[in-house]
Amino acid sequence: MSAFSAINEEREIERDEFTPGIEPQATWCPGCGDFGVLKALKQAMPEVGKNPDEVALFTGIGCSGKLNSYFNSYGFHTIHGRSLPVARAAKLANPNLEVIAAGGDGDGYGIGGNHTIHTARENHDMTYIVFNNEIFGLTKGQTSPTSPKGHKSKTQPHGSAKSPIRPLSQQLNAGATYIARTAAVNPNQAKEIIAEAIEHDGFAHIDFLTQCPTWNKDAKHYVPYTDVQQSDEFDFDVSDRAEAAEMMRKTEERLYEGEVLTGRMYIEDERPSYGEEKRQIGEMPEEPLAERYFDEDAEWERTYDNLLEHHK
Amino acid sequence: MTDNELIWRIAGGSGDGIDSTSQNFAKALMWSGLNVFTHRHYPSRIRGGHTYVEVRAKDEPVQSRGDGYNFLLALGDSFARNPQEEAYYGKEELKPLYENFDDLREGGVLLYDEGLLDDEDVDEIGLEEAAEENNWHVVPMDLRGIAKEHGREIMRNTAGIGATAAILDISTDEFEKLIKQNMSGDMQEANLNVLHDAYEAASELDVDHDIEVPEGSHDEEQVILSGSNAISYGAIDEGCRFISGYPMTPWTDVFTIMSQHLPSFGGISEQVEDEIAAAALALGASHAGVKAMSGSSGGGFALMSEPLGLAEMTETPIVLVEAMRAGPSTGMPTKPEQADLEHVLYTSQGDSARVVFAPANIRECYTQTRSAFRIAYEYQIPAIVIYDQKIQGELRNLPASHFDEEPNADPGSVLTEEEIQDAAHHSSGKFQRFLHEPEDGSNVSPRSVPGQKDGRFLATGNEHNPSGHISEDPENRIAQMNRRLNKLDDIRADLDENTSHQTYHGPEDADYGILVWGSQQGTVFEAVDRLNENGHSVKALGVSDMAPYPKEEVSKWLESVDEALVVEMNATAQFRGLTQKELGKYGDKMSSLLKYNGNPFEPAEIVDGFESSIDGEELAASNMKYVPAAGD
Repeated sequence: MSAFSAINEEREIERDEFTPGIEPQATWCPGCGDFGVLKALKQAMPEVGKNPDEVALFTGIGCSGKLNSYFNSYGFHTIHGRSLPVARAAKLANPNLEVIAAGGDGDGYGIGGNHTIHTARENHDMTYIVFNNEIFGLTKGQTSPTSPKGHKSKTQPHGSAKSPIRPLSQQLNAGATYIARTAAVNPNQAKEIIAEAIEHDGFAHIDFLTQCPTWNKDAKHYVPYTDVQQSDEFDFDVSDRAEAAEMMRKTEERLYEGEVLTGRMYIEDERPSYGEEKRQIGEMPEEPLAERYFDEDAEWERTYDNLLEHHK
Repeated sequence: MTDNELIWRIAGGSGDGIDSTSQNFAKALMWSGLNVFTHRHYPSRIRGGHTYVEVRAKDEPVQSRGDGYNFLLALGDSFARNPQEEAYYGKEELKPLYENFDDLREGGVLLYDEGLLDDEDVDEIGLEEAAEENNWHVVPMDLRGIAKEHGREIMRNTAGIGATAAILDISTDEFEKLIKQNMSGDMQEANLNVLHDAYEAASELDVDHDIEVPEGSHDEEQVILSGSNAISYGAIDEGCRFISGYPMTPWTDVFTIMSQHLPSFGGISEQVEDEIAAAALALGASHAGVKAMSGSSGGGFALMSEPLGLAEMTETPIVLVEAMRAGPSTGMPTKPEQADLEHVLYTSQGDSARVVFAPANIRECYTQTRSAFRIAYEYQIPAIVIYDQKIQGELRNLPASHFDEEPNADPGSVLTEEEIQDAAHHSSGKFQRFLHEPEDGSNVSPRSVPGQKDGRFLATGNEHNPSGHISEDPENRIAQMNRRLNKLDDIRADLDENTSHQTYHGPEDADYGILVWGSQQGTVFEAVDRLNENGHSVKALGVSDMAPYPKEEVSKWLESVDEALVVEMNATAQFRGLTQKELGKYGDKMSSLLKYNGNPFEPAEIVDGFESSIDGEELAASNMKYVPAAGD
C-alpha cells in the first residue's frame, strides 16, 4: 500500500481546490501577466485530473517565484535559478508526483541557464513554465536575457549591446521533448498547452509570454497573437526537428518585430524520459524510493554484509 | 622515532601503479598479523610526477604516519617526458629516488630499479656520498628487466614487492594469495613469475641491514579501508539512498564509492552539471522523503553556499561532505590542509543553524557520518562532515566488528498520513509545517512529504509563517528564528547525552595539553605518548564537534591544564579562533602549532614543536609556524 494516498486518487477535481485561501491578495501589479499563468495552471488541473496533494510546484525567485504562494499544492519556493535541480530530484525520489517548475526569464535563461540546459538534456518527466516578460520585474526594470538588443534600462543606459537569448531554439538543442510558447493574453491556449505539457512524458518547456505593464510592455503589445497551428502561413510538422527549428527561429525573431507567434513548436513522443532511462540501466529502483521509508516491512541492507568482504 | 617498525615507501610516477601496489602491500602485512597505516602523497596530474605511499607497520595499533621511512622502493618515474630536453625537464625520472632522500632513516635500505634509472645518472645525484654518510644500504636491481621477461613493464611494481620481501625476509605467501585473488589467467601467472624471480634475485644479493620487521597477530578479523569508504558505509547504513555530486578532488572519492554501490542497495546516484545543482538535488530528494547527501571540496562547496542556506531556512534535512584540500582557490588539489573550517561554519548569508562534525580517523568517519544523518533528519537541519585529503586517502586496519551495526533508515521527524490527519492545519486546509511551538515542546516541527494527503505546505527561503507562507511579521520572525536556532542547543544536549565525539588521550592529571581537531588527532596522540616517555606531563583532547561546539567539555579540559598547544594544518589557527570565540576566553592559554606546506605533521614534529613552545625557544623546523598565546 502506498504511503501517499493523494497520488492517483480517483475523484472529481475542482479548479477552486487550487486556491489556497491563505493569501487572498497576490502581490503582483494590476494587469500583470503572471495572473494569466496562475489562472491557466489552475484550469489545467481538473483536465489532467491532478489534486493539490499530488502536485509539487517548485519555483525560483522573482515575481514568478510567488506562483506557489497563490497556488494550493505542495510548494517549494527555492532560490534564484535553482528550481529545476530541486524539482527533478523530487521526481527521481518519487516518480509518482506531478512535478512542475516555474520561474522567470532571468531565473531560467540567465542565472539558472545551466540547469535549464541540463534538465532538458536529461529529459526529466516534468513541466517547466518560464514567465517571459523580457525584463527583470521585481528588481525594478533591468534588462533581462530576453530583452531586445538596444533595450535601455538603468543598468544598460546606452541600450543593451547583446542580442536576446533564443529560448525555444536553445531548448530544442538541449533536448527538451515538448516545447511551446503561449501568452497570458491567450488563456485558453495557455490552459491547453499546460495540460498537454503535464501529460507529456518527458521534459516539457513552456515559454510563457507575460506582460509587465509596470516596467515593460502592457497586454496590448501582445495582441494580436497568432497560433501557429491555426495559421495558414505556418505549415510545419511539429515533430520534425528541422522544421521546428525553423519555426522557432521565426517565432523568436518576430517577437522583437512586434509579431507574437505562439503554439506548439516541437513535440517528440518517442524518447524515453530520464527515469525510464535510469531504470533501464539498473540505476533507479522500480518502486518509488520515497515509499520505502514509510514501509515498515522494507528491508534495509547493511554494508557489513555486502561491502566489507572486499576489505578483509 | 620508534623502533620495531617498518615504514616502507614506494615511490614512482603517477600511473606506475604506486597506489594499488601499496594497498596490496599493506593488506598482505595486515594478513600476516601486523597493524598498518598508509600515508599517500601525489601530484595533481594524471601521468608522471613524483608519487609515493608509505606503509607503516607495527605489532601494536598504528594511528599516524611515522617519522620518515626506513625502506625506499624507488621505481623511478616511467612517464617522465621529453628526456631530450634536459635543460627544462632535468632528471625527472629520477625524482622518486632523490626527492626525499633526507627522510630515509640512518641504516635504511634504498632499492631502486636500475632497469629504468641509468646508473650514471644515479651517480650524478650524489647517492653514493649520501649513502655513506647515512649508512644506507643501496640496492640497484633491474626490476624492469624481470618484469619484461615474464610480462609487461608495469609489473615492475610486483618485482619491487618480491625484492622487498627477500630483503626484509618476509614470506611471499600473502602476496601470492593477493595476486591469485585479484588476477586470473596469464596476468596472474606472469605476476607470480615476476614476484618469484625478483625474490630469488634479491635473495642472492644478501643485503645486510638492521631493519627488523615486527611480528604480530590479531585477536579478531580485520578489515583495511579508507576514510572515504567509512563515510560512504556510514551513510548507507544510516539509510542514505540518494547522492548527487560533481567531481572534485578529493571529494570524488566518496562520490565514486557511493555511485558504485548505491544502485545495488536500491538507491540513486546523480552526477550533475555543477555543485549548486548537486546540493539542490539532495535538497529536492530529501524534501520528497528520501535520505540524501551531497558534498564537494573547497571550491565546489563554495557553490553550495546558497542551497545550504535554503536547507537551513526551509528546515530540510541534508548531509554534506566537505573534503578539504589546500587552498585558497584551486590551491594544491592533491595536498591535505584543514583550512576550510571557517568556510564550512560560516558560509551562506544570515545567522546559520547547521551541524559540523570533523571525524579524526576511519572509525570516526563511519560513526560520525551516521550521527550526521541521525541529527540532520531528526532535527531537520543540514549536517556537514568535514574531513581532508589525508584521511580520505589513508588506509588503516581495524576490527571488522566495528561495522557490525544495525542499519537505521528512520527518516526522522516526518509524519505518516494518519498522523497528518490529527496534526494542526490552517483553516484553509494547509498543514502547519512550521509551528512556532511544536506540540511535543521541542523546537522541531514535524514535516510532511509531497504526495501525502492533506500534508501540503509551502517551503520557502523567505521568512514564513506556520503554513510556510511568506511573512515579515516581526513576532513571527522572532518565533521562527529562535526555534530554528534553539535546535542547536537541543542537539548539543542530545550529543552530550548520547554520543560523545570527543577523544581524550594521555594522563588525566597532566600539566600541559595539546588540543587537536580532525585528521591530525592520531599523530598528536602518538606525540603525546612520546612526550610522556620523555618526562613531560602532557595530555591531548581531540575535538570533532565543530558545531554545535562542545563548550562544557572543552572548557573543563582547558581549565585542567596550565597551557595548551593547538595543533592544526592551516596558517591562521582557525580552530583555536573558533575555540576562543565559543568559550569567550582562554586566548592567553592557547598557543598554536601550524603546518600548511601540503604535508601532514609527523609525530616528531609535534614533539619538537611542543618542546620548543614550553622552552620558549624558536622552532628549529621551517616547515611549521608557532603562534604564541595572547599576551606572550
